[in-house]
Formats: sequence, C-alpha cells, structure tokens
Amino acid sequence: MKFLLQRLTFYVFTAWAALTINFFIPRLIPGDPVTSLINKFQGQMSTDAINSLYVLFGLDKNASLWSQYVDYWGQVFRGDLGLSFTFFPTPVAEILRQSLPWTIALVGITTFASFMIGTSLGVLAGWRRGSIMDGLLPVTTFLSSIPYFWLGLLAITLLAGPDSFFPSSGGYEPGLVPSWNAEFIGSAVQHSLLPAVTILISSVSGWILTMRNMMVTVASEDYITVAHAKGLPERRVMVSYAARNALLPNVSGFALSLGFIVGGTLLVEIVFSYPGIGYNLFQAVGSKDYPLMQGVFLVITLSVLVANLLADVAYLLLDPRTRKEG
Amino acid sequence: MSAPTSTITAVTPEGPEVAAVPAKRRRLRFVANPKAATGLVVLAFFCLIAIIGPWVAPFDPSARSSDLIQAPSGKHWFGTTHLGQDIFSQVLVGTRGVMFVGLLAGLVATTLSILIGVSAGFLGGAADDSLSALSNVFLVIPALPLIIIVASTIPSAGDLMVALVIGLTSWAWGARVLRAQTLSLRRRDYVEAARATGESTWRIITFEIMPNLTAIIASGFVGTVIFAVMSEITLAFIGISTISEWNWGTILFWAQSQQALAQGAWWWFVPAGLAIAVLGTALSLINFGIDEFVSPRLRSSGHMRVKTKDGHSVRMRVGFTPVLSSKQAPVTPVVRRREEEVA
Repeated sequence: MKFLLQRLTFYVFTAWAALTINFFIPRLIPGDPVTSLINKFQGQMSTDAINSLYVLFGLDKNASLWSQYVDYWGQVFRGDLGLSFTFFPTPVAEILRQSLPWTIALVGITTFASFMIGTSLGVLAGWRRGSIMDGLLPVTTFLSSIPYFWLGLLAITLLAGPDSFFPSSGGYEPGLVPSWNAEFIGSAVQHSLLPAVTILISSVSGWILTMRNMMVTVASEDYITVAHAKGLPERRVMVSYAARNALLPNVSGFALSLGFIVGGTLLVEIVFSYPGIGYNLFQAVGSKDYPLMQGVFLVITLSVLVANLLADVAYLLLDPRTRKEG
Repeated sequence: MSAPTSTITAVTPEGPEVAAVPAKRRRLRFVANPKAATGLVVLAFFCLIAIIGPWVAPFDPSARSSDLIQAPSGKHWFGTTHLGQDIFSQVLVGTRGVMFVGLLAGLVATTLSILIGVSAGFLGGAADDSLSALSNVFLVIPALPLIIIVASTIPSAGDLMVALVIGLTSWAWGARVLRAQTLSLRRRDYVEAARATGESTWRIITFEIMPNLTAIIASGFVGTVIFAVMSEITLAFIGISTISEWNWGTILFWAQSQQALAQGAWWWFVPAGLAIAVLGTALSLINFGIDEFVSPRLRSSGHMRVKTKDGHSVRMRVGFTPVLSSKQAPVTPVVRRREEEVA
C-alpha cells in the first residue's frame, strides 16, 4: 500500500508538472500566433470562447502571472480546453473525447501485445543463448531502427490498394456511422490491422532485447543453479525461476518507456489517417491550431500516467517484496 | 569498463612498457567486437557523407528539371520528385542536417544527464530526491509530443533550434542510469580512500567516479543520438521544422504530401527510409558492442555446444555446470548416483 501511495503521489506531481509546462510554453515563446487566429474568426466566436483562449494562452497582459495560473487551473478542471480552429467551432475537449477511444484501442492493445510477445521471445532467446534465436537479434535491431511511420508507408505501398483487403486510410468505412454493431466493429478491426501490425513489428524487438539481456543475467544466479541441481524440469526453471525474476525490471522499464513508445505510435496514425489523437496532433500542427495541440499533449500525458499506474499495480502483483510492509 | 587498465599501470613494477600492452589490447577488443566494428564503420561512412555530401551531390537538391517523377536511372540514381528534383542529391545533402542535429542533441542531452545524474547519485539526500523527481517527470512525460509542441511554437525552427529542443527534453533516461551507477560507486573503497586523503568533491567526481562511468555515458550518448535522429526526421516529416533545409525527413514530407504512394513512386521514400534504418542499426550495434564490452555475458557468439568422447553433446550455459560423464572416468558423477537412488 505504501508503495502504491508513493507512486500515486509521484503521478500527481508529474501531472501537475505537465500542466504547468503546458501553461508556460505559450507564454515563454515570443510571438503571438493565437491573436491572429482569434482575429480571423472574429465575429464567429462567443465572448466566452475568446475569454477561455485568453486564459489558456496568457493573452491578457494586465493580469498577473499568478492570477493567470489560477484561472488556467480552474478552466482545465472544468474540462474547458478552448475552441479548436481546425474544426471550428468544436471545443477541443469534444474532439479529444471522440478520438481518444481510437488511440487507446490501437496503441493500447498493440503496445501491450508487443510487450507480451517480445518478452516471451526474449525469454527463449536469453535461455537458449547461442542458438538460432541469436541470429534473430540483428534482424530485430534493423526492424527497430526503422521509424514507425516509414514502415507504415511501406506497408501501404505493398499491401494496401484499391482492391486489397487492407484499407490504406481511415478508421472505418466512410459510409458507416460509429455504433456497437457487428458491421461497424468488423470494419474498424479491418482498418486497424495494418497500423497494428506496423506498430507490432517495429516495437517488439526492443522488448526481445531487454528481456534477453535480463534472462542472461539472471541465468547465472545461484538460485538457478540450485533449481537445476534439484532436478527440476528445464521448463519450470526457465519460466518459474528465471523468467519470473527477469520480468521485474522489464515491467518497470515498460512503465518508464511508455512515454517514448506512445510518441512513436502516434505517427502511425498520421500515416494511416487513423482517427485518433495522433492524427489530431498532425492536423493541429498543419493549421497552427495551438489549442488543439496543447489539448492533445495534455491528454497524451495523462493517459501515459494512467498506464504507468497500471504497470505499477502489475509490478505490485508480481513482486512480493513491495507488498511486505503494510 | 576501462578503469582497470590504469590500476594495472600503477601496480605493476615492470614499468610502462609492459603496462602498455594490456591497455592496447583492451582498446582493440572493443573494435574487434564485430558488432561494434560494423557499427563504427557505417557511422564513419555517414559522417563522411555529412561532410562531403553537398560537394559530391550531382545536382542542386532544390533545382527543378523537366524529368518529373522518374524511376531510378543512370542519370538520377534514386529517381526524381514531382518537380524534377534529384532524390539522390537530396539524400546526400540531407545527411548533414541529420548528423548535425543527432550529434548536437546527443551532446546536449549527455552533458545534462551527466550533470544531473552524477550529482544526484553522489550528493544524495534532498538534492538526490529533487533531481531524481525531476528526471522521472521528464521520463514519464511523452517526449515526442512535447518536442512537437515546443518546436511548432517557435517561429522558425532551424536545425540548431531543433537540436537544442531535442537535447533539452531527452536527457532523463541517461540521468537515471548514471545516478544508479554513481550510487553504487559512491561507497567503494577507492572513493572512500580519496575522500579520506582530503580530495575535493569535484576532484573525486571527475577523476574517481567519471572514468568508471565512461561506458554508460557512451551508450547513453549513442542512445540519445538514435532518439534525436528519429525525432528530427519525424519533425520534418510532419512539416514542423523549416522545409527549406534538406534532411531525410523533408524528403519523406514531400513524398507524403505529393501522394508518392498513390503514384507508385516508391523510389521517393525508400532511399531516405533505408538510410534512417541503416544509421539507426549502426548506432544500435555500437551500443550492443559497448554493452557486451562491459558485461561479457551478453555476447552471443562463442562455442556453446561441446561433444564428449562417447558422443554425448552438452550445451554450455551460464550458471549451469554440466556433468560430462565418460566411460574412462574412474569416478562416477554425483548426478548419476542420485538418479539410481531415486529409481
């Protein structure tokens, strides 16, 4: 419990830091791109909307920094992230609410799957060191050096096409309305196959490698020798003794590197025009839509923090030592 | 790690001639590692292109010509773009930006990670707590979206600016690793001895601790360069950094925005992507070399399968001592006897 509380405090602290960074970025950068956008949409925006943008981007030069900060927090807690200019006049929060499920489904599932597959392959590669599995390492290194988005481009060229099973863009058939029926879900799955495979191929090798190295280190521990000497079956020593201990640092590594992975996978959405927040970010960058950009950053950071917390709970379940003191 | 060489020089009474031998052999051993050697050669090749690329490029990368979207040929090795620009020249000229940003960002991030990681590990106490919290925060916040936002808010993000933004946001991993290692070195005997002789904190850090961190610092640097190259290309690809400066991401940006895929112009994005992948692989190989140099257990090569005289084959493995039974052996191995007892 103490461990979990500690972590929770840390995540609250990080969330605060992320929000504060978000507060300061538009204020520290010279130039004022938002005012020109507001002027462009003058007359179409309500006073409320303009006010909320003033708070988010610190356009009100008369207010002190502290009162701006307090206003900013109040606004974020109300879920008001301003209006998006790309999808005028939809609020940013509404856009993110629509696209977040897509990203969680695609990136969440593939990241988890790649961790599981990579770790299992890593266990084998580490245990059978010097066998054929080692020949796999250079291949996986090469695959992991390819940027996600380029692999996506390649996949589209080779596999997708007008008459191919794999659609080259979008999250579902253009004519369908998002709902929970078989036709829509089938179409969504079909559209997510290619992006998912792209993410899997380029992210799995990292897990193989770290798990292999961990296994090699653990394999020379005394308790492994003892387990062998007891005459336990090879499989049991590998899974219950070596892999179980090697897994712990890998899980905490997984939690820490989520930020990196999520950043990379967002690009796959861009290539496939997948309706997630990565694609939102791309659209926002293209049209200099700062409210949307900041909203995307905020949502990504908070999701990564939640994922981290989940990884911590998993760690708690795997490692009895963290549970010892009450 | 490289430190033991210096202790040998200090201890052996034979003099510098003899002591020089192990030092030389150790240095060669890193290069002799096939992974590291391959990586270094490829990296050197890219560095060379980064320097001479703009001079040897057959065309001006931005110059238009009448050869629109042409497949690779003798004249245009990698084909041409929608404006008739030579892609081979673009790749050559673009190498400089990629290498510059990668190395500079790596340098900035490594310096920061040494400053923060080593001081956190060495000073301990409240300084450690706050510095670790800082690096954990930077570790957990997704770096790439942060870089994208900062870079797109800056009015004109040139190579230098991009390198600085990447460097300033990606030091956390290195700092974390360095802190852990410093923590374990801090209480070693030789550090205590240095402290007892009254050496200043900075002297202890630079002369006693730092040499033992060389390998970790090097691998952290290489790792950051990989990340920086990827981030920079990503920024160019989604069109944030200035598209007037050529780099591999810019090529991919134009390929994507001009529908190279729909036109079947594979030559437009394949060379740049392959160049990224090869550079990334080379850097990873160097990192594997460093890892294996530091902890020889990780090496994959070597003779693992041993055949005994009576035809049994045994696979050698770390942490597992095989009992090789042979008929000539006078003593029966322990394992055998136990098996009989059980039966």
